[in-house]
Amino acid sequence: MPLPLLLPALVGLVFLILPLLALLIRAPWRSLPDQLTSHEVWQALQLSLLCATAATAVSLVIGVPLAWLLARVEFRGRGLVRALVTLPLVLPPVVGGVALLMALGRNGVVGKWLDDWFGLTLPFTTAGVIVAEAFVAMPFLVISVEGTLRAADPRYEEAAATLGASRFTAFRRVTLPLIAPGVAAGAVLAWARALGEFGATITFAGNFPGRTQTMPLAVYLALQSDPAAAISLSLVLLAVSVAVLAGLRDRWMTAS
Amino acid sequence: MTDDDRRMAKDDRFMTGREKKASSPTSAPAPAPEGQEGLDAHLVVERDAFRLDVSLAAAPGDVLALLGPNGAGKTTALRALAGLVPLTGGHLRLDGAELDRTPTESRPVGVVFQDYLLFPHLSALDNVAFGPRCLGASRAGARAEAAAWLARMGLSEYASVKPRRLSGGQAQRVALARALATRPRLLLLDEPLAALDARTRLDVRARLRSHLAEFEAVAVLVTHDPLDAMVLADHLVVVEDGQVVQRGTPADIARRPRTDYLAHLVGLNLYRGTAEGHTVRLDGGAVATTTEDLRGPVFVAFPPSAVTLHQERPGGSGARNLWRCEVAGLETHGDRIRVALTGGLPLAADLTTIAAAELDLRPGAAVWAAVKAARTHAYPA
Repeated sequence: MPLPLLLPALVGLVFLILPLLALLIRAPWRSLPDQLTSHEVWQALQLSLLCATAATAVSLVIGVPLAWLLARVEFRGRGLVRALVTLPLVLPPVVGGVALLMALGRNGVVGKWLDDWFGLTLPFTTAGVIVAEAFVAMPFLVISVEGTLRAADPRYEEAAATLGASRFTAFRRVTLPLIAPGVAAGAVLAWARALGEFGATITFAGNFPGRTQTMPLAVYLALQSDPAAAISLSLVLLAVSVAVLAGLRDRWMTAS
Repeated sequence: MTDDDRRMAKDDRFMTGREKKASSPTSAPAPAPEGQEGLDAHLVVERDAFRLDVSLAAAPGDVLALLGPNGAGKTTALRALAGLVPLTGGHLRLDGAELDRTPTESRPVGVVFQDYLLFPHLSALDNVAFGPRCLGASRAGARAEAAAWLARMGLSEYASVKPRRLSGGQAQRVALARALATRPRLLLLDEPLAALDARTRLDVRARLRSHLAEFEAVAVLVTHDPLDAMVLADHLVVVEDGQVVQRGTPADIARRPRTDYLAHLVGLNLYRGTAEGHTVRLDGGAVATTTEDLRGPVFVAFPPSAVTLHQERPGGSGARNLWRCEVAGLETHGDRIRVALTGGLPLAADLTTIAAAELDLRPGAAVWAAVKAARTHAYPA
């Protein structure tokens, strides 16, 4: 084993694991049950789960058809569309939040009309949290589903057509069941991303306990006033992440 | 058109064929005029440098085989019939109805794909029920229909089995049941036996033959295997390079092939030439004597087993063809040796192993090849 490779490899490993270990070491295990059952924590956790789940649902409803469009329909500028779809993956979330404000804020390009016509205001509401999380998380789902769709044999759709199925029926009854594992993996990925969302959420939806204060926001705030609470909250998010990873290990952890 | 309309239209069409013939004196709707029933297609598909131009006609109950080498355009023709490839020209009529612009899902056409394409997430029963369900049947109705089809195929006990647990022969029968369950007026089979191993092939071919014989509408199958084509079909259409090169009954095509590809398939030596009475001047320059009395362009064919080889120029009388040839190669062919010859006339000869050994044949050796005129077969080109 060459030392010049082994040494940095070990440093890298420690670098990634040490912070997580520190979290466990410094965790206030004795007061943990009290911390986690406190009203604030409970409220933030509920809100986080609700918003992440809702954002995933939104992503599924509009992201799966978008993935289908990118994978199955030939059109001009498809490459550009795909690039735009993946942009939020690399965009700093804060920028995403600002962009959302410009689009859907009270004086935003579209938000103005929503406010004038329907009295609908998204910023600084729970719905705003869902919008911000969906904006950041949906690309993960689209990319994952599109990849699965490309790998799926389109001739099954042809077979369905010869049996009298319309294109939509073929998608619903044949393609969707065939790509279900990919959709599930993409949904989990999007959900995990939405659960940890911080930048876009705090920019677009603010930080109001019970309304827009999700777990990551609560952790950040608690760190300034009550570090023990911050650690407890972090532990919860760590546990969720580990659970997600365990759920997806067959897909990604097996070396292929 | 809603699913219900289409289903009714399909059911109505299904009443053609035997049922209609049996009931036409009493039932109100008059049968379609003579010549309108069945398939009448002129398929033109142009793509890049390839051009498919094939005419097909078949009456209900006919089984038509498209036979040809790989890349000849057979599968393209099949996909055009199913609506999976658009026609760039020609027409497509089925039972008198224009189908050129009808989308795949609205055509009364069933397809058995080469690798079957059974939906892997559905049981055999649900695969077969898929079509009836799309055509508007209730869930229970579709399943009952599917169960009846599986029973007909002798697969009732596999109803709840997923496709990956079916053997090749079983999967083929499920695919056939799935296609038939939509009650198509045109059944298409793409290389129906290609995915099977040699042992199951024999059995499946026999079963498929009996199912096709029962089928009351038009069936078109695509194959590169002459045996499949001849066993399964009443009429063969031979396609090479996107064009029809010959059509006829299996027996006719086996006896009178018109291209090298076909001659090779049915195991004949085939030459083109010009006949003047019993003498045919072959295109290569050699001359053949035949028993047929013909004039003008002809084909001359004879089987490799009709050829005898001699080291010395054989004497004797009788109408006999004799060519000076050179051995190009030898290979075993069953219990015989097939000798490829060049020189006076390129041909294949079949010899027993003993005869080959006595002649001391090896590549480059010069021999006389003889064929009795009575063993040749000449026919107009």
